[in-house]
Formats: sequence, C-alpha cells, structure tokens
Amino acid sequence: MPSTYGSKRIVVGAHYGLRDWLAQRVTGVVMALFTVAVIVQLLRPGELGYDRWAGLFAQQWMKVLTFCVIVSLAYHAWVGMRDIWMDYVKPVGTRLVLEVITIVWLVGCAGWAVQVLWRL
Amino acid sequence: MADTLKQRPEYRNLHVTQLFTYRLPAPGWVSILHRVSGAALFLFLPFLVWLFDASVTSEISYERFTSLFRNGAGGLPGWFFKLIVFGLIWAYVQHFIAGVRHLWMDVTHSTGLGFGRQSAIVTLVLTALITLALGAKLFF
Repeated sequence: MPSTYGSKRIVVGAHYGLRDWLAQRVTGVVMALFTVAVIVQLLRPGELGYDRWAGLFAQQWMKVLTFCVIVSLAYHAWVGMRDIWMDYVKPVGTRLVLEVITIVWLVGCAGWAVQVLWRL
Repeated sequence: MADTLKQRPEYRNLHVTQLFTYRLPAPGWVSILHRVSGAALFLFLPFLVWLFDASVTSEISYERFTSLFRNGAGGLPGWFFKLIVFGLIWAYVQHFIAGVRHLWMDVTHSTGLGFGRQSAIVTLVLTALITLALGAKLFF
C-alpha cells in the first residue's frame, strides 16, 4: 500500500491547493520585505514631505520592488478571498459571481497602482 | 431505537446568534482576525490605491491627500477619514504580525499548543501597542 502522507508519499494530482498555499506564503514574504524596506526609508532623518515620499517611489529599484508587491498583493488577496467565499458561500452561482467580482476588483486596483507608479 | 437516535447530540457549525457567547481561545481570535483584517484590506483597496495615487503623483495631489484628513471630503469630516485609516492601520499590523507568525510556524514546524497560545497572545498585544502608537501619531 503506497503511503499517502509523509516524505515518501506518492505525489499525484494537479496540486492547485499546494501551489496556492505556497504562493500565498511567497507573496506574503515579498510584501513583508517591502513593508520593512519602506519603514527603513521613512525612519531616515529629515522632514517627511512630498519630495521625500514621491522621491522614494521615483527610484527605479523601488518601482520594480513596488511592482512586484502589487502583483503579489493581487495574487495573495485572490487566494485569501477565494478561501473566504469557499468557506461561507455555498451556492455555486453566487460564489462564482463573487469570485468574478473579486478578480475584477483586484486586477482593477493593481492596474491603477501600476499606472500611478510609472507616471512618476 | 428511534428515540435514542433522536437524542443524540448534533454538533453543527456556529450559528450567527452564538458568535458573541462562544468562548474563543487566543489562537482562535488571531485566526478569525486574520480573516477579518484581510477582508477589510481587500474591501478598502481602492481607497488605499487612491491614497497612494494622491500622495505621490504631484504636489497639488499631495495637498488634496493631506486636506482629506484636515478638512474632510464629500460632506464627511477629516476625523472620519482618520478613523478609517486607523482601522486600516490596525488591519495591516494585525495581518502582518499574524502572517509572520504563520510563516514562522510553517518554517519551524511549531505546531504545539503552548507555542500557538503564547504567540497568539504576543500577536494580539504587539498589534494593539503598535496600532495605538501609530494612531497617536495620526490623531495628535
């Protein structure tokens, strides 16, 4: 009888669950690092006004990092909201509608944020 | 036979009316608050992107950004928006610390009852302290 658990288990299936579980953690780490990076920048001496705040996001490395965070946030929130709908909304039709709204909501916000970023 | 079958207790999911009487242990609170804070951040995402947009786009839009909290907008006073941001700060800090706790448990396989309880209490207390400190900066 092949084992269905542990390190010697037979690995089968499409692994959508594992992939999303892992993606949620990886994207979480990206956002956590971004949070720390922003806090470190803000704690540097000097008055915090428009120039310093906008200047922070005008740098190319910060734009790339922020872009990664925007994409990560969308994926992370998608997995989380899908989990919530799966747990509390049982009728398939209603759940599908909510999932579609979630995707539109997230893609819309992500697009807007990217537009703001590359206008700088 | 039929009578004994009828008397068997049946444990179902929590009913809405039981929400406020059900005693939840600390890890349970962290668990449900992770969901609540995540959903709140999701719902207010357009507002957060607007804040980002206004705060970085130009000095004029930055003025609009600070004015929202000084003078309010759309007939709503400035403190109302501060209150919303205060709630979102709580959600962010709660989700951040509870998320790091999740990652820590995954990486170190800390699945014991003791660690779960202690780290949950640390999460709740730390979140409250940081949120209050940032809230003080926001309001005063």
